[in-house]
Amino acid sequence: MDISAFLLFWAAVFTSNILLTNFLGMCSYLSVSKEVESSLGLGVAVTFVLVFTTALNWLAHHYILVPLNIVYLEYIVFIIVIAAFVQLLELIVERYAPALYYTLGIFLPLITVNCAIFGVSLFMVIRNYNFLQSIAFGAGSGLGWLLAILMLAGIRAKLKEKLIPAGLQGVGISLIVTGIMALAFVGFSGVAPIQ
Amino acid sequence: MLATIFKDIGALTAISGLLAVVLVLAERIFNNYGQCKININGKRDIEVKGGNNLLASLSDKQIYLPSACGGRGSCGACKCKVLEGGGPLLPTEKPFLSKAELAAGVRLSCQIKVKSDIAVEIPDSIFNIRRFDATIAEIIDYTHDTKGITFVLEPGESIDFKAGQYVQLLTEPYAKVRQRVSRAYSISSKPEDKDRLQLIIRLVPEGICTTWVHQYLKVGDKVSFTGPYGDFYLRDTDADILFVAGGSGKAPIKSILEHLEVVGTQRKMTYFFGARTLKDLYLTEEMRALEKVFPDFHYEPVLSQPAPDDNWSGKTGYVMRHFPDVIRDPQNTEAYLCGSPGMIDAVIKALTGLGVAKDKIYYDSFG
Repeated sequence: MDISAFLLFWAAVFTSNILLTNFLGMCSYLSVSKEVESSLGLGVAVTFVLVFTTALNWLAHHYILVPLNIVYLEYIVFIIVIAAFVQLLELIVERYAPALYYTLGIFLPLITVNCAIFGVSLFMVIRNYNFLQSIAFGAGSGLGWLLAILMLAGIRAKLKEKLIPAGLQGVGISLIVTGIMALAFVGFSGVAPIQ
Repeated sequence: MLATIFKDIGALTAISGLLAVVLVLAERIFNNYGQCKININGKRDIEVKGGNNLLASLSDKQIYLPSACGGRGSCGACKCKVLEGGGPLLPTEKPFLSKAELAAGVRLSCQIKVKSDIAVEIPDSIFNIRRFDATIAEIIDYTHDTKGITFVLEPGESIDFKAGQYVQLLTEPYAKVRQRVSRAYSISSKPEDKDRLQLIIRLVPEGICTTWVHQYLKVGDKVSFTGPYGDFYLRDTDADILFVAGGSGKAPIKSILEHLEVVGTQRKMTYFFGARTLKDLYLTEEMRALEKVFPDFHYEPVLSQPAPDDNWSGKTGYVMRHFPDVIRDPQNTEAYLCGSPGMIDAVIKALTGLGVAKDKIYYDSFG
């Protein structure tokens, strides 16, 4: 695909936000968005992991799966690469950056099962990005996800003081808010189409 | 075709294997915190290999903090005071700690990793907790679904416990059940018998441990348990005592009463035992005999649904109904409750309604 990595990065943040247009990574998005502080922590961790796992999975795809003709196994391989990387990262952060571990590290186990991470790796293969594009796409998707969860956390903080019908409290109102946010992001579409 | 299958499986295995090796090496390198010292109560140091959680590190050294969930951070039982080296409080601990505990530096030992030298404070009673091996000496059928089982410790062994405390019985694999579990049962014998103890165990349908006890254990079998645990025991005051128990909740009360029989007491005591029908009552003769031992003790079995042929002329309904008749001085009454969580909640509500202070209601919930 012929699109500059720079453009792809911004497109991934705004026009094709992984959460608001593809609705990937919803579980942790909904469960950790109660406080701005912890959603920021999770968002940064997701971004970091996304950059590295897209790079690793790109290498795995082009240098292992394709030459060995086992592309059909990419689901399994991508998932174990992500899981192993997250585990490794957790060990290293805990050892060398204890302060960071207590703010971000506790979210790492949540990320292994975040489908946005896996989705980005799959999109990168389907859309045939090169290495640089993949990293830009990974970083952009991570930032986009961070943006979305931060916005929701901010709105939820305001909603705490509002009267909300009992049946809609919590996840219900969060999904409605997310839908409205997604509508707003439709306004960006067409600025830089990537799919 | 076959070659392709082998190649693909081989490739996948190689990739997973490689990642596994990388992780094992990383664990060795990054999770290696060397030898760490755990200072206990400022008195003694124990050396452990760093990288494990505090609960596991302590139990490796035969110091057993109570834990019902096995270190998953869901029961909150393994609390201990950490004076130094515990690191910041984790979000996984917060829900289990009260404000007073937070201020005192109490932590969940299963969530803290030992990464450096660490100083902790552990109540002396914990050091009493050990693993015991014992042989079954006697099995008594108390009712159709409740047995009393007496365990004799290995020769020369003895156990120190307070009347009302419990032990965790460890099961062995049996029939189709492969896993080993541990379940808590109150001690029903008196603490003066140091070489043996009795548990009262009621059959729970599908219960792993109770089925094992009821259907597989015989006199002469060897079993293991850890203990003693728990803060349900008689407070040494002059207040009137109200005991309330249901089902196998009779066990700790029996222990307390038999202990009082040895040491003697002048306290006014009433004991309500709730059951459904006559066939659920047991140890009634023994309790009646105790009425003659103590100056002021009444045993009141209460049946909630007596069967027509029970010819029951005693008290009926729920136990709470009869409290107003016996509680003469609520300000000066201590209550000791033991039974199902539902019964305990209802009894606490009734008691506080009658004016008994909440901090004088002690209970052991058989959840």
